[in-house]
Amino acid sequence: MEEEVENIIRKYPAGKKDNLIPLLQEIQKKAGHLSDNAVHEVSRHMKIPLNKIYGVASFYDQFRFGNKGRFHIQICQGTACHIFRSTTFKSEIEKILQIKAGNTTKDGKFSFEVVYCLGACSNAPVMVINGTTIGNLTIEKLFQELSRIKNANS
Amino acid sequence: MKSSFRNFPELKMLIAESMNTQAEEKTFLLEKVLKNLTGEFLKEELEQVSLLKREKVTSPVIYIGTGSCGMTAGALPTLLAIRKFLENNKIIARIVECGCIGFCSEEPIVDVHLPGKARISFRKVTEENVEDILSGIFNRNVNEDHVLGQYKSVPSETWTNVQFIDQIPFFSLQQKIILKNSGFVSPFSIHDAIARGGYKSFYKTILSYTPEKVCDIVELSELKGRGGGGFSTGKKWKVTLTTAGDQKYLICNAEESDPGAFMDRAILEGDPHRLLEGIAIASYAIGASYAYIYIRSDYPRALNILEEAIKQAKEYEILGQDIFGSGYNLNISIRQSAGAFVCGEETALIRSLEGKRGTPWAKPPYPAESGLFGQPTIVNNVETLANIPVILENGPSWFKGIGSKTSKGTKLFSITGNIQNSGCIEVPMGTKLSDIINHIGGGIKGGKKLKAIQIGGPSGVCIPASNLDVEIGYESLEEIGAVIGSGGLSVLDETVCMVDLSRYFMEFLQKESCGKCIPCREGTKRMLEILEGITKRPREESTHETLERFKGVVQLENLAEVLHDTSLCGLGQHSANPLLSSLKWFREEFEEHIFDRRCSASVCRDMRTFYIEVDACNGCNVCQKKCPENAIIGVAKIPHFIVENKCNGCGICFEVCKFNAIIVK
Repeated sequence: MEEEVENIIRKYPAGKKDNLIPLLQEIQKKAGHLSDNAVHEVSRHMKIPLNKIYGVASFYDQFRFGNKGRFHIQICQGTACHIFRSTTFKSEIEKILQIKAGNTTKDGKFSFEVVYCLGACSNAPVMVINGTTIGNLTIEKLFQELSRIKNANS
Repeated sequence: MKSSFRNFPELKMLIAESMNTQAEEKTFLLEKVLKNLTGEFLKEELEQVSLLKREKVTSPVIYIGTGSCGMTAGALPTLLAIRKFLENNKIIARIVECGCIGFCSEEPIVDVHLPGKARISFRKVTEENVEDILSGIFNRNVNEDHVLGQYKSVPSETWTNVQFIDQIPFFSLQQKIILKNSGFVSPFSIHDAIARGGYKSFYKTILSYTPEKVCDIVELSELKGRGGGGFSTGKKWKVTLTTAGDQKYLICNAEESDPGAFMDRAILEGDPHRLLEGIAIASYAIGASYAYIYIRSDYPRALNILEEAIKQAKEYEILGQDIFGSGYNLNISIRQSAGAFVCGEETALIRSLEGKRGTPWAKPPYPAESGLFGQPTIVNNVETLANIPVILENGPSWFKGIGSKTSKGTKLFSITGNIQNSGCIEVPMGTKLSDIINHIGGGIKGGKKLKAIQIGGPSGVCIPASNLDVEIGYESLEEIGAVIGSGGLSVLDETVCMVDLSRYFMEFLQKESCGKCIPCREGTKRMLEILEGITKRPREESTHETLERFKGVVQLENLAEVLHDTSLCGLGQHSANPLLSSLKWFREEFEEHIFDRRCSASVCRDMRTFYIEVDACNGCNVCQKKCPENAIIGVAKIPHFIVENKCNGCGICFEVCKFNAIIVK
């Protein structure tokens, strides 16, 4: 994996600082998150101080410094979803997984995050598990899905 | 992220299939259609164009809406089922994946166009009912439960007893200009776009107009920025055109991050070449040879479509060096946003493109004079740019003829919330809000009462039901203290609590505040604390805390004004809009929360208590099992009881009860 990340970094010309965000995006796409090593490498290659890179990366919602869980759960809190009371679902997931939004469980099985509008408002409220969207969510559907993935092996 | 359909190999195959790259077709389209400025065709050419536009078909064509909204509703299984049906029945038909026609709540929508018959549209076509609907229609039987309507087309025979699409209330008041091709063209095919007149205005523009002339035309058309600012587009362009710079830039702002807004996505996924043409004309008008599209990362499908569209346009030499032999060069590249609401603000967006933290700067200098890398830069919204080709095609006076006295053209809105028909609509400016809600939207879901319309997202305001007569337009909305914003319309019924909604928007803005200027960074946090104080029940509150809470409430309005006057960018300045408008129209709700500690819509969790109706409860135990606080006691088959002190108001019992035995007070 480290070699792959280095290959990505080498693709970007050293001086062009405006490439920083696309570079970080590409690394994250490949590696799943931004590791300390990767950020150090980027800093050396791009000749941008480490603190500046962390400053940029931590500013944007997209970048993560730890890995996603095997099951990545997203719950939409857009206006339409909020009107259909998605806050209840959020607190229920937090309670069941025992993590706050934005975190991964210790065993690395689940990660949970809140997103603001997926543009699927006509199916609100919406939840996404590993990229599969579940629309018109109800509390029963939520319990069902969570117990399904809790019992899943992979 | 909405990447569910990115990983499907089947879809990629279909995409490849839907692209028609025959060389003769290309030459015909480029030479006879795109470069045909007179608009006159020979008879056989006309025939050919009509075939390419699919107005006339020689074999069955099946259209399926595979925009993100369609995909969420299950368009992919439907698509696979359609392929299977065709294979099993050995029917040779073409499947065209197209963008959304806007009627999201009826998705997945599948249209069938049989040779000699009018194109007919079906709603809610799922994996299970594909076979029924298709075998029916191929045998000339229309499935009445799922038929939506038919399209008017002259040479074809119409279906009997099927209404026309434009007579359906959802469509009858709409005027489609920008979304005209969405649902008709395949976004993956530049041929479809050119056959319907794509890039013709661009060709005409760079061969016969000077940049000054283009700016004049756009200024004369009175087109205003659709991203929320409402500044004259032509005037803005002129500033950049007349400012000296080594390299000018055009940025298309596709960072559509207002929760509840998806108009730009509809354009990106439905008709990407219209946007590219708009960008190309705008770049020419301001003298830019480099353009960026800054697109939201949560739109993976739109991104794929755009990448493909740019690739095709380059292949056809519509973008690149010395375009059409005019000597004009243009390069368009896509930048994915990394997810920050504030980057919808133009100066923050520019910072982000430079590889920095997306924080705005104090204007002036305006980006039109000194923007990206210190060069003159124009930032235009997707919808604004999508208007440009038609303005150049039909002239400014045609465009000025659409809309109201002061606001010209059409406006896209995404209607969501407690409404019957949700989706993306395009209406002329001057349309009454009541028509949008009651006619197009079909009224409120479930026979409830309308409370308010939230327009413009977190920086917008709410309009109470009593003001529904207002016309859509920049000035007319301003008269009642509202803004047009980017075009998100959330319909709120009586089950929505305005205090909670204000708190929700404040929470969002507080999270998204970039932290550069103090009023916004601290102000949004303080306002959120005050609103949280109002919506929470003081379980063990001391007198001092009560005093502090009331002090907060008193200062709320004052704080909102300070933020409006002193914040650096629109995010801070407008952050109190939802709150102030709710306070203006729904003050009694706030007072009820503050003084009576009661939420009449029963939304605020801390202020509601649940009870069990003894007569309705049959003691099924479901609520007891699901209660996270173990607040429900009782034995099987005997009505249960909720211990009020333990109940945290989460409402799970209410959701799971099948007998309506749980009531909320």
